[in-house]
Amino acid sequence: MENYRGNGRGIMIPNREVGIVGYGAYIPRFRIRADEISRIWKDGEESLHLEEKSVAGLDEDTATMAIEAARNALERGRINPGDMGAIWVGSESKPYAVKPTATIVAEALGSTPHLNAADWEFACKAGTEALQAALGFVSSGMAHYALAIGADTAQGRPGDALEYTASAGAAAFLVGPGEESLAVLEGSYSFVSDTPDFFRRPLQPYPEHGHRFTGEPAYFRHTLQAGQYLMEHLGTKPQDYACIVLHQPNAKFPERAARLLGFSEKQFRPGLLVEVIGNTYAGSSPLGLTAYLDQAQPGERVLMVSFGSGAGSDAFSFRITEKIRKNLAPLPAVQDYISRRREIDYATYARYRGKLNYG
Amino acid sequence: MSLPQNWRRQAGRYRLQGIKCQNCGRMSLAPRSICPRCHSTDIAPHQFSGKGEIYSHSTLYQAPAGYQAYIPYTVALVRLEEGPLVSAQLTDVDTDQVQIGQKVEMVTRKLREYGDEGLIVYGYKFRPVLKGE
Repeated sequence: MENYRGNGRGIMIPNREVGIVGYGAYIPRFRIRADEISRIWKDGEESLHLEEKSVAGLDEDTATMAIEAARNALERGRINPGDMGAIWVGSESKPYAVKPTATIVAEALGSTPHLNAADWEFACKAGTEALQAALGFVSSGMAHYALAIGADTAQGRPGDALEYTASAGAAAFLVGPGEESLAVLEGSYSFVSDTPDFFRRPLQPYPEHGHRFTGEPAYFRHTLQAGQYLMEHLGTKPQDYACIVLHQPNAKFPERAARLLGFSEKQFRPGLLVEVIGNTYAGSSPLGLTAYLDQAQPGERVLMVSFGSGAGSDAFSFRITEKIRKNLAPLPAVQDYISRRREIDYATYARYRGKLNYG
Repeated sequence: MSLPQNWRRQAGRYRLQGIKCQNCGRMSLAPRSICPRCHSTDIAPHQFSGKGEIYSHSTLYQAPAGYQAYIPYTVALVRLEEGPLVSAQLTDVDTDQVQIGQKVEMVTRKLREYGDEGLIVYGYKFRPVLKGE
């Protein structure tokens, strides 16, 4: 146990410094406005406080979005695709039920064949568990670089409240040694329990969810416990953080959870994207982190707490380094993807999302 | 097209990896073992940057089998910055916004699906440059 730096109760602290060397985002171009959805379905809009959500185009899926986010991360980190030790994709909307998305991404990046490639699954926190594993993989010395991606083209049954939020996007983190990192990991922690707040059975196109049950016993319990516990054991306080990024299933939950954890609007605003892109599921808190990193300053700290139904939260505390100042100009920022928008109506949305039955 | 035929084309399709003649420098996206210009067999893989501009374009309203789901869509001849001309679909652009000379960049997208049970084929398309000109 001499090399173990945790507390015996789940706190994860690496033996050597490790962090994020490059990051990249992707948000599709299409948007459907909440008032367009409520033109068809008269339920749900008022309670969710969303303006619009992103919609994947006909030729997009989790693999294609993961590829673009990953290309941005590699370019920002300026590393050779062949130097990757692992590519891990977290998603609940896999293009194939059986066949890894990660090998498609690895092939497109030109990283094959000398690496580990796998898909991760845990509802909306699949991307952050891939990140946590990548941080462990690199800090153990088993890989120099590992790529963790969260990506989803989320599903919502026509007329369900999820239709207002379930959207599409991806974020990728290139994990490497601390001395190369723009954000160094201070510690991580996961809090999980068997809570059936949201699930999808095999061969079912749309998920089931527990309505109000998704709140207190699911989202809030796991998010708050994970965030509080990590800060307590790292000896940090809300005022030590420039930003907090939480999972964003709607606009109300992350705002309330951030305030309950002791954070102010100034701290949760930079990483809150749900009002303009919706809930990108496994991409949600990762995309929020990339939006903060686009404007982060050396010396700042950021706390990220994901949430995945079923249920659990992964919390991370990162410290921003001087490497954040690398020239970012030629790479698309999250804001560039948000401003690139083409509005579609519900009929086009139904076609793009495969909600039409051609008989 | 069979699984092996699709599989063999991945490097070119997924990431625009072509070939370069090590004797005369001619580049091509199509895989070749003999240079069509100097007939050298000294051929090496070459990774194209994915940047280029539209040389010509046309919008399709009648699609070949496998591509009907995407109509209408625009195909273009794209002059890569390294010189070769490639034909590809355009994406993330309205058909009336396409112009000759427009700067474009490669993205990897779904090209087609062999029904609900078959292979999903991914490959290069081009879109207007998002950032970095």
